[in-house]
Amino acid sequence: MKITAEEVEYVAGLARLELTPDEVAAMTGQLDRILTYAAKLNELDTTGIEPVTHALAIRNAFRPDAVQDSLPREEALANAPEQNGEAFVVPRVL
Amino acid sequence: MDQLHSLSLTAALALLDKGEVSAVDLTRAVLARIDAVEDRIGAYITLSREHALTQAQEADRGRHAGTAGPLCGLPISIKDVLCTRGLRTTCGSRILESFVPPYDATVVARLRAAGAVLVGKTNMDEFAMGSSNESSAFGPARNPWQTSHICGGSSGGSAAAVAAGECLASIGTDTGGSIRQPASHCGVVGLKPTYGRVSRYGLVAFASSLDQAGPLTKTVEDAALLLGVIAGHDPKDSTSVDRPVPDYRAALTDGLKGLTLGIPKEYFAQGLDPEVEAAVRHGIEVLREAGADTVDISLPHTEYGVAAYYLIAPAEASSNLARFDGVRYGLRDKEAGTLYDMYRRSRSRGFGSEVKRRIIIGTYALSSGYYDAYYRKASQVRALIGEDFRKAFARCDALVSPVSPIPAWKLGEKAADPLSMYLTDVLTIPNNLAGLPGISVPCGFSGAGLPIGLQVQAAHFEEEKLLRIAANLERRLGIVGRRPELANP
Repeated sequence: MKITAEEVEYVAGLARLELTPDEVAAMTGQLDRILTYAAKLNELDTTGIEPVTHALAIRNAFRPDAVQDSLPREEALANAPEQNGEAFVVPRVL
Repeated sequence: MDQLHSLSLTAALALLDKGEVSAVDLTRAVLARIDAVEDRIGAYITLSREHALTQAQEADRGRHAGTAGPLCGLPISIKDVLCTRGLRTTCGSRILESFVPPYDATVVARLRAAGAVLVGKTNMDEFAMGSSNESSAFGPARNPWQTSHICGGSSGGSAAAVAAGECLASIGTDTGGSIRQPASHCGVVGLKPTYGRVSRYGLVAFASSLDQAGPLTKTVEDAALLLGVIAGHDPKDSTSVDRPVPDYRAALTDGLKGLTLGIPKEYFAQGLDPEVEAAVRHGIEVLREAGADTVDISLPHTEYGVAAYYLIAPAEASSNLARFDGVRYGLRDKEAGTLYDMYRRSRSRGFGSEVKRRIIIGTYALSSGYYDAYYRKASQVRALIGEDFRKAFARCDALVSPVSPIPAWKLGEKAADPLSMYLTDVLTIPNNLAGLPGISVPCGFSGAGLPIGLQVQAAHFEEEKLLRIAANLERRLGIVGRRPELANP
């Protein structure tokens, strides 16, 4: 086994997901198959190969730091599940 | 004259220019077609009927006043992953079921500025994760050629809408084949541009280093027309590339003399459906008749593409989808007492199983102790895959192959086994890992009457070459006008 039910639950927690016991069971089997397949990559010797995270060799894109219009607050808040006209409202943290 | 809903963009433009039809006529025809077939196809998540008619009236006035843009009055649909100001954008997910973007994606802004009429937002796999459209929270779009079959994914709604005449053309996105594969399954043209050719601003991110928007159309010329409108540098997307946009329609009439097409042997390997192989080999013969030379090519790391992709794309997705936390937009579980519970419950209720699966794979691949073995290893293999292509393009101008190793399958057939579905992406994924342009153009049909596409890939920013090759195939095959009958069930 590449991955156990406990690991699936642990990783789900890291990702802020809550899985039902049925979901954990189904996902453990599926992830195990996927990770077993992914182990195919170990057939390749990649010693010394620089990882590629971006297909084109683009450098930092700079622009002048000029002030531009931004989204009006009312529009930025319009999709919030809960807001008070000035800010997003969330359950108490402290 | 063809029925208006079945016109290509360029055919419709010719009629508009001659004053034989109006934008309102075209839009009404498309809306009537939607009324007639949509209950069998399910290509749309959200329609914009009234606004589309208003836009069409404006387009007609603009044309009258001589201010018509290049797409003035043409009814087009947009994959529901591109933000549309004032029009709901769901990404095929419950978590964004009531999200109304306050701004337009750059692609959408460019289409509007060109005068396009936006008919609606097309169905898709949830957050563009899927190859069959079955992961859409709103139910799958179906293949117009056989509605018992999948239309492909993730831009399946776009491909189905174009094939069924529910729009004249559409814009989709492609992260691992999501434009080319549904185009192949639905018998339409699908062009995935070079990474960086089209702005990703306002494209809800799945895997940022792979995502790219592009056209799904009835003809190659339409793809060239649409690409010319949406391509170009955008200061709002720092990965968009600042280089001139050519006139993509200019080279379509040229023959193929002097071009060498590479035939990658790994794309014809075991597992390729014999009917798909026969149709694509016939297409290659036709391209030779048009003047092209062919050469056998090897892309030795092709078989590792799926494994690398299904670590890299979920890794990026797990990070990108962290933004859906029930705070600024999207679904919130209002029963949760603490912030932590609110995050977990909102996300668990809002995301479907495929999205959860990929978030968990990605989080695992990036997590402490596994990062080197999975994410870093996959990124090294990504380098090898890119190197394969660089070597190939030293020997040939473009690569010709199948798009999907099998024709469209039956709905539900692969739903229980995610890996079996992932493996069908084997021929489209390497392209995204290398950031190359690719096109799917119809080249035939299976015995059961399902479309088969031929894929052309070229080096970075060589979209003109792809379009020229695809146009030659289209002209010589003469199947471009063939559309699904959509007989009454």
